Amino acid sequence: MHIVVCLKQVPDSAQIRVHPVTNTIMRQGVPTVINPYDLFALEEALRLRDAHGGQVTVLTMGPPMASDSLRKALAYGADRAVLLTDRFFAGSDTLATSFALSAAIAKVSQTFGAPDIVFTGKQTIDGDTAQVGPGIAKRLDLLQLTYVARIAELDLAGRSITVERRAEGGVQVLRTRLPCLITMLEGTNEMRRGSMADALRAARAEVVTWSAADAGIEDLTKCGLRGSPTVVKRVFAPAARAETAQMVPPAERDAAASAEVLIDALFTRAPALEADLARLAAGY
Amino acid sequence: MIDETFDAIVVGAGMSGNACALTLAQRGLKVLQLERGEYAGSKNVQGAILYADMLEKLVPDFREDAPLERHVLEQRFWMMDDTSHMGMHYRSDDFNEARPNRYTIIRAQFDKWLSRKAQEAGVTLLCETTATELIQDAYGRVIGVRTDRTGGIVHADVVVLAEGVNGLLGSRAGLRAVPKAEQVALAVKEMHFLPSETIDARFNLKENEGVVIEAAGTLSKGMTGMAFLYTNKESISVGLGCLVSDFRDGQETPYGLLEAFKRHPSIAPLLAGSEVKEYAAHLIPEGGYRAVPQLYGDGWLVVGDAAQFNNAIHREGSNLAMTTGRLAAEAIFQIKSRREPCTKANLALYKTMVEESFVMKDLKKYKDMPALLHTQSRNFFLTYPELMSKAAQNFLRVDGTPKIDKEKATWRSFVQRRSWPGLIGDAFRLARAWR
Repeated sequence: MHIVVCLKQVPDSAQIRVHPVTNTIMRQGVPTVINPYDLFALEEALRLRDAHGGQVTVLTMGPPMASDSLRKALAYGADRAVLLTDRFFAGSDTLATSFALSAAIAKVSQTFGAPDIVFTGKQTIDGDTAQVGPGIAKRLDLLQLTYVARIAELDLAGRSITVERRAEGGVQVLRTRLPCLITMLEGTNEMRRGSMADALRAARAEVVTWSAADAGIEDLTKCGLRGSPTVVKRVFAPAARAETAQMVPPAERDAAASAEVLIDALFTRAPALEADLARLAAGY
Repeated sequence: MIDETFDAIVVGAGMSGNACALTLAQRGLKVLQLERGEYAGSKNVQGAILYADMLEKLVPDFREDAPLERHVLEQRFWMMDDTSHMGMHYRSDDFNEARPNRYTIIRAQFDKWLSRKAQEAGVTLLCETTATELIQDAYGRVIGVRTDRTGGIVHADVVVLAEGVNGLLGSRAGLRAVPKAEQVALAVKEMHFLPSETIDARFNLKENEGVVIEAAGTLSKGMTGMAFLYTNKESISVGLGCLVSDFRDGQETPYGLLEAFKRHPSIAPLLAGSEVKEYAAHLIPEGGYRAVPQLYGDGWLVVGDAAQFNNAIHREGSNLAMTTGRLAAEAIFQIKSRREPCTKANLALYKTMVEESFVMKDLKKYKDMPALLHTQSRNFFLTYPELMSKAAQNFLRVDGTPKIDKEKATWRSFVQRRSWPGLIGDAFRLARAWR
C-alpha cells in the first residue's frame, strides 16, 4: 500500500509577532511547525501503514526551508519525503496550490507507485480555507472523504475503505472505493514519537526536491501569483477594544443590595441595555 | 539499540555543544549531537553578548552570515539606589572597527545558525531527543547514552556533556554533584520591542551600534545580583539575576525585582512605549573556580555551563563555553589521531588545555570573589550603593553648606554605616579577591 500525506509548513501561531509599526506579520525568527491539523493525517497514515504494510510518502510545496518540516515527518516515521519548490510557486492561492500538488502527486505516482490513499489535514492554521484537499481530489479524480474522525475499516483486497465522518448533527459512516482522498479531523489520534532509528534516518535522509519542471508542470500560468485569482486586498490589525474592567464594591452583608449596586453600575456603563432588556421582557 | 557506533556523542546544542560538535566534525570525526529542544537554541537563554574572538576560532568569517544584532559601541556600568544611578560609561569610536569585538545577539537565532554550520560540517543532529542516562560498561567506562526515544541506546567512543548548568545526565551518573543553591543564579529576562530608530535616538546610536548597561545596587534588595539592559536591532533585552540561595532565603521574587527595575526612573524612559514579547528564565553558574567539577573521566568530558565555566565578574559565559567545547574537541581529536582510546588518563589532556587557556586563568584570578560577594552581599549591593549615591548628591547639590562640612558629613555617613574596621576590611577583602 502507498499513502501520500500532504503537509504544509506554517509559522507557529503561538509565537507569531505582528510588527508594532507596520502591522505586518514578522516571519523572521518565528519558528515554523508542521500545520497541526496535518499531523493527524500523518499519524493516521502511519497507523494504516503499520497495520497493513506499505509506505508513506510526505509531500509539501514551499520554500527550500520547508524541508525542515519534511525531515520532522520522516523522524515521526514517514518513509519518503518530496519537496516541491520553485520560485514559480510563490504567491499561490488554494487554486494554484491544489494544481501544483496534484501534478506532484501524479509524478509521485509515476515514480514511486500509485497511492491508494492521499491524506491532508482538515485545513491549515494560516489559510483556514479547507479548499486544497478537495481541490486535489477533484483534479486527480479521487473520491473524497472530508472531516474524517475515524478510519473504521480498510479492506485492501476488496479495494474499499469505511470511515466515520463528522457532519452537522451526527456521524456519517461512509464506505468508498480506493483510491481516495481523506481530510482528517483534529483530535482523532495522537502523534507518535519516532524511534531513535527513525530520528537518525530522518537526520540523514535526502529529501527528494522537485522544481515545477521536475513535477511535469508545463502550464506555468496556473502556478503561483499568476495562477491565483484570490487577491489579498489589505492586511490590518483589529483595533484594540476599549473595554475595561470595573470593580464594584459590594453593599455590606446584603446580597440583594449588592445586586442592586451591580445592576446600577451595568446600566450606567451601558445605557441602552435597560431599554433593550425591558423590550425583551415585554415579549414574554 | 542503534548498531552504528559514533566517534563522539555531544549532549546538548548550546554554545559549548555546538562548538565541540563543529570542531569534531571539521576534524573529520563522526559525531552525533542530541538536543532536547525542538531546534538548537529553542531552550537556550542568555542576555546576550557575543565575543568575536572566541567565535572566530570556530567560524573565521562568521560576520558574513551570522545573525548579529548590534556591535557594542558603549558600555555603561551603573551603581543604583532606588532613585539614582551613578555610573562609568565607556564609549569609543574605536569599537566601530571593521571586525568589532563584541555584539549583542539573540540566542534562539544565533544557535540555530551555529548549529547549521555544525551540520554542514557533517554533524548528525537529533532534536527533540533527550539523553536520559549514560551507558557504562562493567568497569565504569562511559560507552554511550540512552535517550527517551524507543530503541534509543547509541554507543560512542566518548560522550561530551554539554548539557547546561542543570544537566541531569552527569549528576545522575554520579560524575558530578548537582550545583548548590549558592553556586547558581536565577536570571529572568524580557524582550521589549521598539522600532530601531527609537532605539537609535534613545541611546544616541547610528545603525548597528549598540549600548550595554550593567547595573548593580539596591535593585537586588541586598542579594547578590545584577541587572542588565542590552540593545538589539529592534528590541531591548532587559533582565536581572540573583543567587538562587538568596531567593530561597528571602521574600523577593525574580519577576518582582525585574518589575521594580523596569520602573526605576533611570530605566523606565529607555523602555517607554515598548511591547514585551518574551519572558524567559535561566540558571547561570556563579560558583567560579571553586565550583568547577571533575572535568573528565573514562569515556566522558564535561564542557560549558555544565562545568560551571562562567566568569561572573566579567559577565562572560558563552565564550568560555565555546572555548571549552572547542578544546574538548581538540583533545579528543589528538587522542584519536594517535589511535588511542578515550580513557581517563588520555582525556586528562583536556584539563591541561583548559588550564593553559584564559578560561581557568580568569576563573582562578577571581576564585574568592563569589564567596566575598555572597557573604557581604548586603554591604556591597545595598549599603555602598546608597552611600555612594548620597555622597554624589551631597557633592553636587549647592545649598550654601561649606564644602568642608559636606565632605565631613559624607565621611561620617560611611563610618556610621560600616564603621572604620568594616570599611578597611571591605577594601582589603575586595582588593585581595580582585588581585
